[in-house]
Amino acid sequence: MLRFLVNRLGQSMILLLIVTIITFFLINLAPGGPSSTMRMDATAEERQAMVENLGLDQPVLVRYVDWITNAVQGDLGVSFNTSEPVTQRILERLPYTIELTVFTIIISVLLGIFLGVLSAIKRGKAQDHVINFFSVIGLSVPAFWLGLMLILLFSINLGWLPSSGVGSRGGEFNLWGYVSHLILPVLILTTTVLPNIVRFTRSSMLEVISQNYIRTARAKGAKESIVLYVHALRNSLIPIITIIGMLIPRLLSGAVITEAIFGWTGIGTLIIEAARGRDYPLVMGVTVVITVVVVVCNLLVDILYSRVDPRVKNV
Amino acid sequence: MVSAKPTLTGEIDAKPSQGKTSVLKALRNNKVAYVSFWFLVLIHIAVFLGPVVWRVNPEELQAAGSLAGWSLQHPFGTDDLSRDVFARMLHGGRVTLIVGLAAMLFSLLIGTVVGACAGFFGKVVESILMRITEAMMAIPTFFFILVALTVLGTSPTMVIVVIALAGWMEIARVVYGETLKWKEYEFVEAANASGATPFRILTKYIIPQIVPSIIVAGTLTIAAAILTESAISYLGLGIQAPTATWGNMLQNSQQYIWTAPVLGILPGVAITIVVLAYNFLGDGLRDALDPKFVKK
Repeated sequence: MLRFLVNRLGQSMILLLIVTIITFFLINLAPGGPSSTMRMDATAEERQAMVENLGLDQPVLVRYVDWITNAVQGDLGVSFNTSEPVTQRILERLPYTIELTVFTIIISVLLGIFLGVLSAIKRGKAQDHVINFFSVIGLSVPAFWLGLMLILLFSINLGWLPSSGVGSRGGEFNLWGYVSHLILPVLILTTTVLPNIVRFTRSSMLEVISQNYIRTARAKGAKESIVLYVHALRNSLIPIITIIGMLIPRLLSGAVITEAIFGWTGIGTLIIEAARGRDYPLVMGVTVVITVVVVVCNLLVDILYSRVDPRVKNV
Repeated sequence: MVSAKPTLTGEIDAKPSQGKTSVLKALRNNKVAYVSFWFLVLIHIAVFLGPVVWRVNPEELQAAGSLAGWSLQHPFGTDDLSRDVFARMLHGGRVTLIVGLAAMLFSLLIGTVVGACAGFFGKVVESILMRITEAMMAIPTFFFILVALTVLGTSPTMVIVVIALAGWMEIARVVYGETLKWKEYEFVEAANASGATPFRILTKYIIPQIVPSIIVAGTLTIAAAILTESAISYLGLGIQAPTATWGNMLQNSQQYIWTAPVLGILPGVAITIVVLAYNFLGDGLRDALDPKFVKK
């Protein structure tokens, strides 16, 4: 177990290092890099000040080493546009994204496993076809467009739900105000990952059902419901842990779009603001923080997986 | 060099004959996939030949004024800048579909080379290539698409390259798995024994066997690429105006959703149907070609 942990931790560290190197060099060596944000009418002194401020007179390699040394200590630099520390801006926004994704994971995992198992049990029947059909539709609708249509229906037409924002925070807690702002964003984000979970659960369940020990359980006269929910489901749930790990990057990518539609002030809208405003330290910071989050999640999933399934040891 | 195909004794040595004909035949048994295929053919003809028939310039301002309703001159009306929506749908569709196809082809190239080399050469090559593939799958690539387009610009070529660089991993995994399987076959061993170079073995013996899987992966990759293009266009970081794409036509539609709902609904419906058709086609092809699903 310890060897496995050290191994995976080492791999994650290397991945993180490579991601920071690629992102940093991409941003700093590209023609549209930091120096291009200088105003055209800037005076010579202003230019000089900016160059020195950003350390642009240093070679890129030196700047990278500086950046990574600070980053390890939690200092991701200062935002170009607001002059606030990047770390602070990210930490302000991160909880909103976590909130959105955690609700989405809970709902899509519960619903996804339920629908996937149903689809597998009713293989070839009407329920299976309907679930399959909606899974493909869910994979095909552009999330932002579906969001627009839902806003049109629920916010503008029916007036039931707010079309954007996170609701009032900090004041007196209002349950409906809180939930109503979450419904549409969570719904949209769920559609981006639910079809994958459904399909994966279905094939995992079908695989297990065809195994010999299931036949044995049936042969010894166990009730069909016990065979399915006790014997089969338990083993088909193991691979589902992996798919959840694999879906986290997809979920965070989807969060960018979802947050953009609903004006959700999370990390997704932050990177869009940063990209549009060419706020390079912020772009760099958000990318790195998101990668760290994903790497940590993957690590947790791997550990969980090796605990749940005794067949996996030192992979 | 082997000039003739290895025809040793026994059935096992015969090269399994899978190819274009069986792909099309397999498709006919699946109605949804079959309809999707012909629908896609129609859509492609419409957006590629349509502008030849419908000669209205998609970037020209029309006399009908902005946000005009439908009429004979403008079947879908005009947009907020008085441009003909029908012409923009046709030209935008052309750009969107070309981006999808080109990104898919580029992804296919990277994925096939990476997967085939990793599977065939094994050892260090395999470790390095597959670790890179897994790492790429484990990071939220959409963030990197945004970063890359911000610094590198948003020309159509750049959009294609960036989408392709973010979307080849699934193909590489499929090709890798298949290469591992096929390199154990005796016709490959025979080719190897008769002194064929690795390049020749891969291109003449192994990759032709993987073509069905590559077609399936490619079809699903087009669907994903079209969705990615429309998403970055919606965020304003994709192909820029005045060039129309289905994605960037949606960008400003949010404000006119009441006065001119077609502006918001039409491009979205177009993207959804095309992506849906590609997904149905890909799923149908996979079910038809996967021996696990073959009806006995």
